[in-house]
Amino acid sequence: MTAAVFFGCAFVAFGPALALYIFTIATEPLRIIFLIIGAFFWLVSLLLSSFIWFMAATLTDNKDEPRQRDLLIFGVLISVLIQEMFRFAYYKLLKKSSEGLKSINPGEKAPSMRLLAYVSGLGFGIMSGVFSFVNTLSDSLGPGTVGIHGDPPQFFLNSAFMTLVIILLHTFWGIVFFDGCEKKKWYTLLVVLLIHLLVSALTFISPYSGLNLVLAYIILVLTGIWAFFVSGGSCRSLKLCLLCQDKDSLLFNQRSR
Amino acid sequence: MPDRRGEAGTCGGRVMLTFMASDSDEEVCDERTSLMSAESPMPRSCQEGRQGLENGEGATQWRGQESEEDHEEDPDRHVCSGVPGRPPGLEEELTLKYGAKHVIMLFVPVTLCMIVVVATIKSVRFYTEKNGQLIYTPFTEDTSSVGQRFLNSVLNTLIMISVIVIMTIFLVVLYKYRCYKFIHGWLIMSSLMLLFLFTYIYLGEVLKTYNVAMDYPTLFLTVWNFGAVGMVCIHWKGPLVLQQAYLIMISALMALVFIKYLPEWSAWVILGAISVYDLVAVLCPKGPLRMLVETAQERNEPIFPALIYSSAMVWTVGMAKLDPSSQGALQLPYDPEMEDSCDSLGEPSYPEVFAPPLPGYPGEELEEEEERGVKLGLGDFIFYSVLVGKAAATGSGDWNTTLACFVAILIGLCLTLLLLAVFKKALPALPISITFGLIFYFSTDNLVRPFMDTLASHQLYI
Repeated sequence: MTAAVFFGCAFVAFGPALALYIFTIATEPLRIIFLIIGAFFWLVSLLLSSFIWFMAATLTDNKDEPRQRDLLIFGVLISVLIQEMFRFAYYKLLKKSSEGLKSINPGEKAPSMRLLAYVSGLGFGIMSGVFSFVNTLSDSLGPGTVGIHGDPPQFFLNSAFMTLVIILLHTFWGIVFFDGCEKKKWYTLLVVLLIHLLVSALTFISPYSGLNLVLAYIILVLTGIWAFFVSGGSCRSLKLCLLCQDKDSLLFNQRSR
Repeated sequence: MPDRRGEAGTCGGRVMLTFMASDSDEEVCDERTSLMSAESPMPRSCQEGRQGLENGEGATQWRGQESEEDHEEDPDRHVCSGVPGRPPGLEEELTLKYGAKHVIMLFVPVTLCMIVVVATIKSVRFYTEKNGQLIYTPFTEDTSSVGQRFLNSVLNTLIMISVIVIMTIFLVVLYKYRCYKFIHGWLIMSSLMLLFLFTYIYLGEVLKTYNVAMDYPTLFLTVWNFGAVGMVCIHWKGPLVLQQAYLIMISALMALVFIKYLPEWSAWVILGAISVYDLVAVLCPKGPLRMLVETAQERNEPIFPALIYSSAMVWTVGMAKLDPSSQGALQLPYDPEMEDSCDSLGEPSYPEVFAPPLPGYPGEELEEEEERGVKLGLGDFIFYSVLVGKAAATGSGDWNTTLACFVAILIGLCLTLLLLAVFKKALPALPISITFGLIFYFSTDNLVRPFMDTLASHQLYI
């Protein structure tokens, strides 16, 4: 496999996340720290779920294929549950720390919960995407032929697009989740959990057809629209932004002249 | 008047390199790791205020230890923060206000060092080959039984830690009896060895890996320039960024030596033991490092050049404040202070003093800017990189383990800095990060890796 595959898949999977990082997070030290803490929380959730899966696998100790696959599905579902639990735990931590920051540091403005929702979602997403894809990426630099045993030959590209979907979905879920926690709308948390389970379950479908990818992208667009409206956007503000007529836009002054 | 010990130009607590390992003798040296937040005094432009602050700053002084050529030392590692002389409320607010920025100022060099080490480990095969061991770890790990191997690694660790303890005590004794020239000579010798010999070996291996031919004259020119500029930057004056870059490079080189020559299990046990030692040496009242600092405080001397990475500069643009008693008199409080501070305890707490003397006019007040920096000992860099490098070298080609250790170390560093902001005293920088790193290494390697591999092979996503 060539360097073109490596770079192509790397940028497909991580390009948007990198852009988001560079333009929104890299400038503020506090946001970087919250991003890394978010990544850490995801990591701990993965650790816990791996531990549970490992225990289950060792205890049943059954080597036949269907049982292994069942265990894997069980592992995936448990992992999704634990990830959302840790997202809630991170929300609680941020809530406590923002009060602490406000009391100690009255001069400087603490980041708003909406911003922290975005940063935490991105942290979760980046860590999740990296962990899913980095080993595959490093393999793509080495020698080999994809699909020689009848597997789909677009393995790398499929994985890259799926990773991208997961990263962006985690970001949107973070925004929606925190908003639900803030406004005490607990059904939102349940909906996020169900969507996460749905997306993971979609990956159980055979990757030969691109169906799981298409469905995942549809869910991505819908969740993105939901997150947009939840974080205060509206059709009007979108129109203003696209026509460069909002006051923050650099082109605002030029256009109105 | 404490003598400057040849430290002309090293005012401002410039870091000195003291790390050395001689390939021929298989020696390994260690140096201190510590984390210190340096604050410069407020621009009150009064001598009295400055004096008080300098005396107060003695409590937060911290010194690095130099390592001798044939010995290994565990330098004191601790984190120092704050200036006790300031009013507490202001200090707390300032510390927290600068907190996030300082954390990032340390994240970047630590990340860069780790990236260099991991990139080298993954590409240059030399550093993962086993070619013997150091004399400090004489017991081999090629034994038949697991129990024997574990026993050997524990014995190796005991030997290494005891060498470190002995060297630290030796250093304290040397310092107590004022053998400054001796210590200074060590520093120069160690940095010479590191900057020239190890760079030459590293360059040789990299060229071999990529099959690039380089003739000896070019090689000589390159290594000579690199080494000479490094010596000047580290021991004398140089641009801050260049100095930081050199410190990162030598930390990476040292970490690579450790990764190559420490056998597997011994490396992990040593990492654990070093963090415990760090904790003990810095926090216990009779710890050697604490005694070192107290001796320096008693003598009201600046600590000799240490191995510290400093992250920020203090720029004082000179302040002209009109003295009501003497019209037309200009006071540039920081220029004379620059001379004084080198000999006082206040010196190392300013990461670097760069004061272009700007004359002001009577009645004009120039802005004085200052930026507090955080200092982290190079030993911390080295051991963090050893942990991540070992994870990369032995993780069976798995990147997840390396990344998990990386995130764990950064989080540990973050927590340590938070504790620094809260407790405002010397704190060790190794324990939390290394503990997290070790936990995440073993758990990711044994639990997460099979899970993620199975998921990836079935193309399932969580």
